[in-house]
Amino acid sequence: MNRIEPHTLAPPPELTPAVPAVEVLSAEKTYPNGTQALLPVDLSIAEGEFVTLLGPSGCGKSTLLKMVAGMLEPSDGRLLVWRKPVSQLHDSARRMSFVFQSPTLMPWASVQTNVRLPLDLAGVPRKEADARVTESLALVGLEKFADALPRALSGGMQMRVSIARGLVTQPDLLLMDEPFGALDEITRHKLDADLLELWRKKKLTVIFVTHSIHEAVFLSSRVVMMAARPGRVVEQFHIDEPYPRSADFMVTPAFARQAKQLQDSLLRASSHDEEAAR
Amino acid sequence: MTAAARKQGAPLLSQPRVQRVLYPVLIGVVLVALWQWMVVAMELPAYLVPSPWLMMQTLVTDWAPLGGALLVTLKITVLSFALATVAGVLISFLFVQSKRIETALFPYAVLLQVTPIVAVAPLIIIWVKNPVAAMTVCAALVALFPIISNTTLGLRSIDPDLQSYFKLNRATRWQQLVRLRIPSALPYFFGGLRISSGLALIGAVVAEFVAGTGGSGAGLAYQILQAGFQLNIPRMFAALLLISLTGVALFVLMAWLTKVALGSWHASELSQD
Repeated sequence: MNRIEPHTLAPPPELTPAVPAVEVLSAEKTYPNGTQALLPVDLSIAEGEFVTLLGPSGCGKSTLLKMVAGMLEPSDGRLLVWRKPVSQLHDSARRMSFVFQSPTLMPWASVQTNVRLPLDLAGVPRKEADARVTESLALVGLEKFADALPRALSGGMQMRVSIARGLVTQPDLLLMDEPFGALDEITRHKLDADLLELWRKKKLTVIFVTHSIHEAVFLSSRVVMMAARPGRVVEQFHIDEPYPRSADFMVTPAFARQAKQLQDSLLRASSHDEEAAR
Repeated sequence: MTAAARKQGAPLLSQPRVQRVLYPVLIGVVLVALWQWMVVAMELPAYLVPSPWLMMQTLVTDWAPLGGALLVTLKITVLSFALATVAGVLISFLFVQSKRIETALFPYAVLLQVTPIVAVAPLIIIWVKNPVAAMTVCAALVALFPIISNTTLGLRSIDPDLQSYFKLNRATRWQQLVRLRIPSALPYFFGGLRISSGLALIGAVVAEFVAGTGGSGAGLAYQILQAGFQLNIPRMFAALLLISLTGVALFVLMAWLTKVALGSWHASELSQD
């Protein structure tokens, strides 16, 4: 693993293609009451990267993700998605999907209708939409549950529905806000592995928020380490394990070493907090 | 009881579905039997407490006036319930347009609710010429508030993440209303309907009492008043029974409607078994 110096927050040259998918240019978030949710962040994410925002609660990782999605406005600075402000993204051919921490499904609607929602909202003809829903459900292995109601499914299956809904618009950029945080560990490992598979198959760019060091090491090509009070980016790490990664990766010394390095970084960041508090 | 019969009998009685009907019916049978026995044993005169048997007989012999009165009361109840539902839903939609509108108007909805209808009814009966229309308005006023408050709450009770998702997908106001707000509000709306159906009946009976309309337009309340004047207590009991049964029937109808409309998705409709 290469530890990147805090002040050079760009990906290494060999990973930088012509067009970065996401550029965060000194974006910060201060609420009107003076709370600093996020100090200025500079971050460039290349097409095809799997970037994890890792940190404790209150470090602003969700805030940063929501600013990329355009759900929150930065109080200063700019965010570009394929060199355009997020608000203009719908004019381009690029698409972005957001997956929430909870499945966020409509409880009254079938799995089929839930997954079709973004297409319905965009006015895609029913026939074409249904074909894409079927395809998307097959990707997450739920084609048999199209007519089920969400409450009939387990938490992990509901999350798969949510991911299928995220994929049905054929996004280039997938933003995921602690999507598997509420699931049991076994289910989470399975979904992590499936997600990596999808990422490779669909050549997605993924920004993934988590507070799990192990999940971050397993999934990411790059980890952005964040700290709280005030929320900020501390360091970045490249996880130099080649893809495809199998579950065996998690029991290798390389995995343990990289997880330890992230752990140490997290401890360093929080000890700064304590010093500041004194 | 043979072993085989016990085997068949036990599971049936232990089914919650059977118990839900059986237990109240058993209580009812015991109470009615006790009532009948007390009237006979203590030789209570019919002008004080009629026996249940006499009440049923009166219901049959006096069916002509009672049945007609039931229809009148039912008509006012159903009309006022429909009026309250339509008005309540429209007012709720108005309320959720902006927090400011709700803040400005909600106290008046409360005012409407806390003013006793008995006190307002004479005024409405003077203002509205047609007695049926007047009584319908009175009953609708009683039934209105639960629909307003429940539907407003429902229209506001949206999963915030789901709403963000709609906004992220650039859903129009109309799409949000039809695909998100209305479905989210339905369980609350039906809860309001269930309360209001009973209130519409109460409102109708109260309005009839106040209006005191006789003749062909007389409802069950008028039958009770008349029976009181004539000390025809068995008929009074029979009219009371009809009012109670109407209320129960309305409640059951609403519960059934809720079940049909919400199907299996909402937690309140999950069987507790």
